Amino acid sequence: MNRERILLEHGGGGLLSHELVTEVFLPFFKNACLERLEDSAVVTLGDRKFCFTTDSYVIDPIFFPGGDIGSLAVHGTINDLSVCGGIPLMLSAGFILEEGFPMEDLKRITRSMAEAAKTAGVSIVTGDTKVVARGAADGLFINTSGIGRIEYPSPLSVESIQPGDAILVSGTIGDHGATVLCKRKELGLISEIRSDSAPLNGLVASILAASPNIHCMRDPTRGGLGAILAEIAGQSGLSLSIREAELPVREEVRGVCEILGFDPFFLANEGKVAIFCAAPDAERILDVLRNHEYGRDARIIGSVGERDGGGLILQTIIGGSRVVDLPLGELVPRIC
Amino acid sequence: MNEERRRIRLLFSGIVQGVGFRPAIYRIATEQNLGGFVLNSPAGVVVEIEGPAGQVEGFLPAFLDNLPPAAEIADVSQEDISLRGERTFQIRSSREEGDKDVLISPDLSVCENCLQELKDPQDRRYGYPFINCTDCGPRLTIIRDVPYDRGNTSMACFPLCPQCRSEYQNPADRRFHAEPNACPLCGPKLWMTDENGIPLADGPPDPVKEARNLLLEGKILAIKGLGGFHLAVDATNEEAVQRLRTRKYREEKPLAVMVDHLDAAKRIAEIGPAEERLLLSPQRPIVLCRKKLSGGIAPSVAPGVPDQGIMLPYTPLHALLLEGNFPPLVMTSGNRVDEPICQQNREALFRLKRIADFFLLHNRDILVRCDDSVAAVTKGNTVMIRRSRGYAPRPIPLHRTYPDILALGPQMKATLCILKGNQAYLSPHIGDMETPEAREFHSESRNLMERIASCRPEVLACDLHPAYYTTRLAEELPHREIFRVQHHHAHIVSAMAENGLSEKVIGLAMDGTGYGTDGTVWGCEFLLSDEGEFQRVGHLEPYPLPGSDKAVREPWRVAASLLRESYGQEWPNIAGRLSLQDYAPHFDLLNSMMDFGINSPLASSLGRVFDAVAALLGIRHTVSYEGQAAMELEAMANVPYEKHYPFLLRYEDGRTLLDLRPLIHVLVQERIYGIDPHKIASRFHVSLVKALTAMAGDIRERTGVGKAVLSGGCFQNRILLKGVIQALEKEGFAVYTHRHLPPNDGCIALGQAVIAATRLERNGS
Ligand SMILES: [Fe+3]
Ligand SMILES: [Mg+2]
Ligand SMILES: [Zn+2]
Ligand SMILES: [Zn+2]
Repeated sequence: MNRERILLEHGGGGLLSHELVTEVFLPFFKNACLERLEDSAVVTLGDRKFCFTTDSYVIDPIFFPGGDIGSLAVHGTINDLSVCGGIPLMLSAGFILEEGFPMEDLKRITRSMAEAAKTAGVSIVTGDTKVVARGAADGLFINTSGIGRIEYPSPLSVESIQPGDAILVSGTIGDHGATVLCKRKELGLISEIRSDSAPLNGLVASILAASPNIHCMRDPTRGGLGAILAEIAGQSGLSLSIREAELPVREEVRGVCEILGFDPFFLANEGKVAIFCAAPDAERILDVLRNHEYGRDARIIGSVGERDGGGLILQTIIGGSRVVDLPLGELVPRIC
Repeated sequence: MNEERRRIRLLFSGIVQGVGFRPAIYRIATEQNLGGFVLNSPAGVVVEIEGPAGQVEGFLPAFLDNLPPAAEIADVSQEDISLRGERTFQIRSSREEGDKDVLISPDLSVCENCLQELKDPQDRRYGYPFINCTDCGPRLTIIRDVPYDRGNTSMACFPLCPQCRSEYQNPADRRFHAEPNACPLCGPKLWMTDENGIPLADGPPDPVKEARNLLLEGKILAIKGLGGFHLAVDATNEEAVQRLRTRKYREEKPLAVMVDHLDAAKRIAEIGPAEERLLLSPQRPIVLCRKKLSGGIAPSVAPGVPDQGIMLPYTPLHALLLEGNFPPLVMTSGNRVDEPICQQNREALFRLKRIADFFLLHNRDILVRCDDSVAAVTKGNTVMIRRSRGYAPRPIPLHRTYPDILALGPQMKATLCILKGNQAYLSPHIGDMETPEAREFHSESRNLMERIASCRPEVLACDLHPAYYTTRLAEELPHREIFRVQHHHAHIVSAMAENGLSEKVIGLAMDGTGYGTDGTVWGCEFLLSDEGEFQRVGHLEPYPLPGSDKAVREPWRVAASLLRESYGQEWPNIAGRLSLQDYAPHFDLLNSMMDFGINSPLASSLGRVFDAVAALLGIRHTVSYEGQAAMELEAMANVPYEKHYPFLLRYEDGRTLLDLRPLIHVLVQERIYGIDPHKIASRFHVSLVKALTAMAGDIRERTGVGKAVLSGGCFQNRILLKGVIQALEKEGFAVYTHRHLPPNDGCIALGQAVIAATRLERNGS
């Protein structure tokens, strides 16, 4: 593969994204905080801990069942803060608009951002707007950053994961990815699928209150649950064992994936969290999750094995096991 | 009569250990009253001979005339050394140090002499399932390290009893230095357990008899063999075979059977002289033979395919299990779906727990896994399908010397290869690199092959596909340099290397799928190749594979794609008139996927065209194992046919492009008119032969190259292979095919290694 230039796969959340970060950005930006490659940076100011994150949204289509680019930009940043144990305090919003973008659409998106922020109990306190010439961008791009306060006593990070930990997911996987696929204007796919885009700060706060033994959380966005688990297996050197039969997937999502040849395990989520916790607390956390509106379909999906570099292992429905490698990015077919 | 005396030192390398080499040397030396010694060293077998000059002179020719059957000398050197006055000849213990240039022998099937003793009630090894001698028995699968000495094998923990020891030490005995020598008193033991690994307490004392009874009752047994476990069941018991399939999640993939003797094989399949030779050869592969309808084998053993895989007993245990008129046994690799074969007792008890009803175990450890080899016969020649037990790790001789290379192989049907000097060391079959067990097996095999080849190459070769496990592994392993090799170039160069070709050839790589240099999926490629570089001079016009991997498991998708290529947006109407109509609700979406390139990579694969035609004919719309649709299409093509379908060749950008749209048009028309599908399948094969030959001819005209090299999984199709060879030869091509390796991805590692070595030389490093 030609790696002389940026490919679409470099943004796909797979192996090439990982290479871009570790071989281009990290060597230049070099600092301990960034090197942890968590969803947010954790910084200590005085005697208090805060987390800080940023994310850009460039999706097509910008309106989809269950949300739009605006609510997504707010939820995404709230969720990045939440999975680091942060209580979201405030957000910024930056807009890059293409000349000719309909004002009506901009208003609709802005309204949905405001509603999303209000529902989650955070405010957008600063912003920026740039307009670029027709063709220099596709409609609009949004960047959001956010700051959260951390009160959870133990550090939530890949380094805290222990052999024997239980692995949970807060609900069905692949809903957002499948929704976006169906709504791409080319695919005349009629389907009832909705994005799972949602703010997770409330859900996360309730499980953090329920157990002091949560070790790590991630929101499985780009690349899906499969990519973040493979990445964690790689970073930690721990083997992760996931039971395929336990992965919650909506029937409609499974149906769409069936035809398109996609695996929900690798499709994006925007309102889900993967949780690593001490095994004895798993059931209690599961109960708390299931009592929350965004966690009704939560499941214990697997466990953490030894520190033997075994990678991510899927126990398949038919009784075998398969190693799941970090995907390269969407466009390289696995066949051959 | 005081004749002049002389002393010489001989060094033999090749397959010279564990094959009765030293006893043979000893016998001839003592017969001729020569002094000196023989010993195994890591560099080979060292012999020093002293005696009257004339007799010393005659020693080597006399020995070469009496070479033990399994030995294979790669090289022998001779030098004169000073006299020591030795009058007697002895066998010395092995030397450990030095270069390890000695090849480990593959495992050898039980020999006639041992079989006779096994079945002789007077013999002390009567009924002993671990009987062996210097001509037969386990080799590769019991070694821990080289040189091949009892202390370096899993027999080390069985001290010889006095009688076995005297055989082992007596140069006149046929068990002289038979490293796995054993008897019921001192050797490994057999026992039977229930599904939980608890030894059976109430059964008769003879576990073999017990096993036979259970098999006759239709029970599934896990049997520890030479290179791993088998799952065995009565092949004539349909209900039992189905039960095995359900438990193993192996719904339709053909299962091999083992029969007691050649006559039993002839009852279930057509056995020609070439098949007979293969079945009886000491390698004892599974041989694919055309089934007889009335053979009595249960229908679900090998449903839908023309061949039955058959093998003869190759261990004394097998011989005892099948003795007399015992029914043929299904003997399939003891593994869970997609995993490599089980090796150890505890591993088998765990992994096969829900599959086997009983376990027949023993305490001779298997140190190296080795699956059964599979072969077929086309035009009187052997075509390997899987090269493993009986063949590996025997190196493949090459026509020249190459730098040291480690090639990590492909993703599926993987083997790995070490190139050293003028030898290529290929590992036993490893399998598909998707499971943790296969990856562990890959790393075991790498260590083993490095010890056998006694080198640790720092230059690595791997596939071009960035997502292959073996590609990522190459990046992780310590290396000086990595060469990434295009899949089909590797196919062609492996066949070239086996035939000693280094000049430019036209390579016909007819395959399932491989990653191309342009990022598309290749698989019907004409490559103008030498050992280091290639030029893509012809291929099938690419078509989309809607659903990517899914299209491999669901040939109806490929059929839809080819219809769309041929009929444009009209295709759903055409598809609706064929058996594809069941999928009509998905046509719109499939069409959009292809129109907008969503998960629909472009492919020029020929394997997928076979699948698609099988789907167009209604033979099979989805497959449960790779190659199933193509095999069933081949089975259907059994009427003689001369006239081919139309096709087009186009010339563009230095390439000859094959357009199969006219073929699809006529084929579909015939199908709609209700022409016999056997005729259509036959005509399709004839047409491909014609098209491939026409393309080769076109390319020869442009390039002046007249040597054609055939490789790729599609050449497992015997009609295609035979047809293409005949047609190309008729056109005056010199045609070359694989001689030792399979045409499928089992050959890739060798091609990768030779290409990497050649590029390394050309870079001048
Ligand atoms: Fe191939
Ligand atoms: Mg993010
Ligand atoms: Zn023997
Ligand atoms: Zn003994």
